[in-house]
Amino acid sequence: MSAGIGTERSRKVPSEVEVVPLSRFTPDAALAVGGPSWLVARRAAAAERLQAQSMPSEAEEIWRYSGIDTFDLDRFAPSLAPGDVAVAAALATARSAAVSFGAHAALVVTLDGRVVAIQGPGSGTGVDSAGVGGAGVGGAGVDGDGSGSLQVYAAAAAAVPPTALGAVAVGGDAFDELHDAFLCDAAVVDVAAGSDVGHPVLVIHLVRGDAVGARGGAVFPRTVVRLGEGARAGVVELILPAAAAAAGAGGGARDGLAAATGTGLGPLVVSVAELEVADGASLAYANLQELDHSATQVAVQASRVGTDGELRSFSAVAGGGYARLRTDATVAGSGARSTLLAAYLGTGDQVLDFRTRQVHAAPRTHSELLFKGAVADTARSVYSGLIRIRRGARGSDALQTNHNLVLSEGARADSVPNLDIEENDVRCSHASTVGPIDEDQRYYLESRGIEPTVAERLVVAGFFTDLAARAPFDGVGRRLQALVGEQLIARTPSATAGAGRG
Amino acid sequence: MSGPATMEPGPAGSGTGRSVRGDTGGVSGGADDRGRGQGLVVEGLRAAVGGREVLRGIDLRVGPGEVHAVMGPNGSGKSTLSHVLMGRPGYDVLGGSVTLGGVDLLALPTWERARLGLFLAPQYPTEVPGVGLAHALAEALSGRDRPEPDRTTLEAEAERVGLGVAMLERALNVDLSGGERKRSETMQLAIVRPGVAILDEIDSGLDVDGLRAVARRVSDAVDEWGLGVLAITHYRRLLGELQPGMVHVLVGGRIVRSGGPEVAEELERSGYGPDTPVPLAPGAG
Repeated sequence: MSAGIGTERSRKVPSEVEVVPLSRFTPDAALAVGGPSWLVARRAAAAERLQAQSMPSEAEEIWRYSGIDTFDLDRFAPSLAPGDVAVAAALATARSAAVSFGAHAALVVTLDGRVVAIQGPGSGTGVDSAGVGGAGVGGAGVDGDGSGSLQVYAAAAAAVPPTALGAVAVGGDAFDELHDAFLCDAAVVDVAAGSDVGHPVLVIHLVRGDAVGARGGAVFPRTVVRLGEGARAGVVELILPAAAAAAGAGGGARDGLAAATGTGLGPLVVSVAELEVADGASLAYANLQELDHSATQVAVQASRVGTDGELRSFSAVAGGGYARLRTDATVAGSGARSTLLAAYLGTGDQVLDFRTRQVHAAPRTHSELLFKGAVADTARSVYSGLIRIRRGARGSDALQTNHNLVLSEGARADSVPNLDIEENDVRCSHASTVGPIDEDQRYYLESRGIEPTVAERLVVAGFFTDLAARAPFDGVGRRLQALVGEQLIARTPSATAGAGRG
Repeated sequence: MSGPATMEPGPAGSGTGRSVRGDTGGVSGGADDRGRGQGLVVEGLRAAVGGREVLRGIDLRVGPGEVHAVMGPNGSGKSTLSHVLMGRPGYDVLGGSVTLGGVDLLALPTWERARLGLFLAPQYPTEVPGVGLAHALAEALSGRDRPEPDRTTLEAEAERVGLGVAMLERALNVDLSGGERKRSETMQLAIVRPGVAILDEIDSGLDVDGLRAVARRVSDAVDEWGLGVLAITHYRRLLGELQPGMVHVLVGGRIVRSGGPEVAEELERSGYGPDTPVPLAPGAG
């Protein structure tokens, strides 16, 4: 097994600094996307910044092991707006996906980053298609008490920029700028101060990313969540292929990010979720990524929690030939609290890449991070995390834990925890493990007459059980367990039989 | 009172052990059937752990409906015997043979041995986080093409051994006391209905009432479906409850004495050594 994704092939670029040509992601292309004038101007500014950016390199710690050095952005092009037929098909997919999550306060559906439907507070799980196909998907004021306590709308339909857009996700690298330069819409969830939204808001991002000529389609989904002071709400995001039937089909993503260079026409999904939790507010948030293996994802989840606020976040990553999730979590006000949970399972040739930053910027802040993953076949995972305690954040408490199961000899997991502490009187701890399935557990189950493939499946599912139990919503925990089961069952028995033996 | 039907002639035949049904071929439905007939036959078994020979020629026959006890001091090879029979990785078989129902076990992986009807209740049941007891049992039975155990049966079997019904949904052995683990093992045995069960210190961790409940369940299994039992223990306490027909003394990787319950009484008086090895084990020549 190579030490890094990109090391098996020669680099395509000389080692000296250069700007990777972004021929399909030019300022002109950014302007061509359209939308309200504020959004056009916002994109133009980002496109200018993007022109000045070079692609990141694996020499940077936060990209180490990622394969970025062989990633060729020019294999992709901005996706075209989907037609009505595609939208109708996507809505059907969204409808069936929504069912398993039960009651929700509102439902937003995006297709290739564009909001195509918003359903208000009505009962049932049908998608209100009234706004579909028109330029203006206005949005829903969901206000059981008439006060407009919950606003759910499409940013592209707003005359002025949503105040929370860009307030938390501050960007920085080329993918952040790329996202902003081609952002054509955002699902905005705005919860008024003091209100309590009972059921979660469901945001379903569907990805077609149809090829543009010989290039894969690039899409830029964005979700912006803002809770006012003292508000309580839940948000569940799903990222799914628009054609669900194709789920799980291997895309041959041999070399992680470099896969886009090799194979092709799968979509590039550069997504951002911004979570702003004001003082005293409480947000329960979940994100489930179930893209095809042909997809390449570069995702950011940025959060900021105010004084005595609380964020409980749960992510599950199952799809993508290469899927990267950068978690930037800032506990910004004293007494703020973040719980960051994630589960990931890589099979086939998947590369799953997690970078986390827990930033403590105020006294007596708390953060707990628990990421657990399993890799099988020749899949790889990378976890690299940083706890940063800023000066002044006295009495803070930070925990960072990453556990990995390696199920096959060809699979690999890297785990790199880091601490950066500028203040005394804090409690920080980190722990990480990488290892095969416990042989005693396997033997015990096999001694009951359970065959090795099933024993392994049970142990792996069991490995995720504590996370699933802590998922902020029942449907999310169930979905995680189902995903684990499906992915492991889909593996070939021969690949499993030899795993972890000896 | 009949002697164990398939046992070699010898002192054990006249023992005062539990009665054994003459009908060893008749099998009640639902049990693992193939472990029957000849039961478990161990001949000249030698095995090493980490390059050290721990079992130095073991001969045993556990027929259907028979209850055998293996006693011996620490380090004599008792637990090694149980794991070698079950096929645990890390143990090297140096020689000899093991068959169950006439099928060569040594060529088979653990799970296939289990499906043939062998069951091991280990001395230290392993914690398996996140895998519920009832779920594991459902998988164990579905692998045998048997229907999932119904809730009533699970609860009834749990109650028979004093295992709290709430344990059915709890992860296997996680945060269970030693005694609860042994009750759980016994309950699992009752659901799986093996042909031959190896009980490795099933008595450890159990209080007097627990031991009685567990031993009674095992004895009932002997009567219900002709379970063959190989009970490994340090203590006579278990023997009083299980009433084995045969007692074997394992010292230094060899069975040095085999006989009826009187062997255990002798041990009580004289301890394990320095006995002169007495080759009384069936087939030991």
